[in-house]
Amino acid sequence: MALKGMRPVHVVAGGVSKFAKARPDRTFQPIVKEAFDEALQDLGLEFGRANELIDGTVGCYFSDHFMRQLKAATMVQDYLGLCPKPSHRVEGGGATGGLGFQEGWKSVASGLMDVCLVFGWETMSHVQTWKGNEFIALASDVSFDYPVGGFYSGYYAMMVVRHMHEFGTTVEQMAHVSVKNHTNALHNPYAQKRLKLSVADVRAAPMVAYPLTRLDICVMSDGAACVLLASEEGLASIEKAAGRSLPRVVVTGVGRGTDAMRMADRPHGEVILLPHEKPSDYKGLKYPGVHSFRAGRMASKQAYEMAGVKNPIKDLSFVELHDAYTSSEVQTYEDMGLCRYGEGGPFAASGKAFLPGIDYGLRLRGQGTIPVNPSGGLIACGHPVGATGLMQAVFALWQLQGTIPRHFGDAALQVKDARRGAIHSHAGTGTYVTVSILERQD
Amino acid sequence: MARRRQPRRIARPTRRARRAPPARPGAPAGTPAPGRAETLEGTVVFRVPFPEQLDDLKGMSPIIVKQPYHIDYVHSFGQDSPFFAGLANRRLLGTRCPRCDYTYATPRLSCMVCGSETDWVDLPKTGRVHTFTTCYFGSEEFLPECPFSLILVEFEGADTLFLARLVGAQPKEIRVGMEVEARFLRNAKFKPTDVYFVPRRP
Repeated sequence: MALKGMRPVHVVAGGVSKFAKARPDRTFQPIVKEAFDEALQDLGLEFGRANELIDGTVGCYFSDHFMRQLKAATMVQDYLGLCPKPSHRVEGGGATGGLGFQEGWKSVASGLMDVCLVFGWETMSHVQTWKGNEFIALASDVSFDYPVGGFYSGYYAMMVVRHMHEFGTTVEQMAHVSVKNHTNALHNPYAQKRLKLSVADVRAAPMVAYPLTRLDICVMSDGAACVLLASEEGLASIEKAAGRSLPRVVVTGVGRGTDAMRMADRPHGEVILLPHEKPSDYKGLKYPGVHSFRAGRMASKQAYEMAGVKNPIKDLSFVELHDAYTSSEVQTYEDMGLCRYGEGGPFAASGKAFLPGIDYGLRLRGQGTIPVNPSGGLIACGHPVGATGLMQAVFALWQLQGTIPRHFGDAALQVKDARRGAIHSHAGTGTYVTVSILERQD
Repeated sequence: MARRRQPRRIARPTRRARRAPPARPGAPAGTPAPGRAETLEGTVVFRVPFPEQLDDLKGMSPIIVKQPYHIDYVHSFGQDSPFFAGLANRRLLGTRCPRCDYTYATPRLSCMVCGSETDWVDLPKTGRVHTFTTCYFGSEEFLPECPFSLILVEFEGADTLFLARLVGAQPKEIRVGMEVEARFLRNAKFKPTDVYFVPRRP
């Protein structure tokens, strides 16, 4: 089901800067340009020709605090030589990149633009980690939440403690996510943390906020990513300029959801059902409480309906989701309907979300059913907030193009015959969530 | 042998220059004349390595400076102010919707369910731990307080929860469902931490 009057939008190319703890060698604009240059190089398009074709941009970054530079997206726009074309900045916490991707989609789908560049970045190294945690915690109610001990890892810890209480989820099940994502990243040269770990290593790491250890939590990063979106006409002009035809990867679904800023305000009501679920699946479950992300469920439901996804575990080839915490990956399996609510823990340990053909050092019965975060996700790649949702879009594009072996210099992470993938971007304690569906069409 | 370069424009101010009278009318005494390499903090930078060839500049290490940023925000609790006045008077207040009876343990003036304006109500001083954590690290502001325990409290008769500190319990003792009771700071600071919770002792 396409939206009335909306045009199909192609994901044409993308680029990602190598994520790092700190990039003092460059200010943010050239880091974004690294991603932009990579996208152009991939297309074989020279700078001047590309800039003729781009109708406008969406600039994504989360925090003005991290850089002490307002209107920073303008500085990228001019650095890329794209003035005086239209542009706007998108900010939506951790979901900034996902929202920006969808704003780019809107610009093209609506007919406003034929070619739209969406770029995003974050340079978080300008402040110490603990100050960075403070800035991030300002994305919680500063009257009632922040002053009590504002710390996102603490918030997520409380959410998963309730998940454990409600469903019996274990810390070892969560640790499986860390092992998977860090191991996947061994084959992804863009990733910041590439580690071979065991469940015991994850649990032995320093405790940050019970039950989350340092290896359950993503790290702060400096990095950038960008994607080029186009209409049929836009794609035709890019193909003409590049002198070759390009694989068709189309955005077939977009969805968004929200939830109350204060976790304390989340209701305890009925589950929002996906097409393959029925009310009797969730008798007596109070939803979303603090154990589930209603925004993620809403975003998934909308995106699936638009894309015609009936049963996500069967209809998707892979998922790149927002694993800021191992716990939130487990919770998101459920929100996205990869398993039922309450089954996220056993699902994590079953191996279903692991890639086939990789040795994780674990006994996994269902390995390779629906690879989740084949790139390594936020936990291993890093989380330069404004870039993260776009990094997912780029990795998803490469999966669908079948070009992971070329881009990563390693075929291990290429999902075989990838036809349809979902990307999931998530803000706050689940306050904004976006889900977008990308499909190969040829 | 390399050609001797022209003297750099950036000069070290002499003691005399630092004591020099204001270069511009109205500038405080000691302000160096324009062109002097002195920042507002008085930092003087000199002998910055510089290559012979401009092409070599791309191999230069980045110059990294510190830029301080201190602000006092004037924050009004606005419509939520009575909550903080309540804490200063050892009262724990929530709000209740007169139309649908939905009760907020963290106050809000507008009911999320039906949009009506809510009324202030007293909350019970005892509740149960809905969920918890102990933070061993934290944001810079709270690092000196680590480790500290956070709980979401559920109250009889309230539909939503309340975020607070739990004091007087070892991390290993904290359980979901555990009974807790409110305590108030003797001297209110007008922060939500003016109320904290302790395990309820029989």
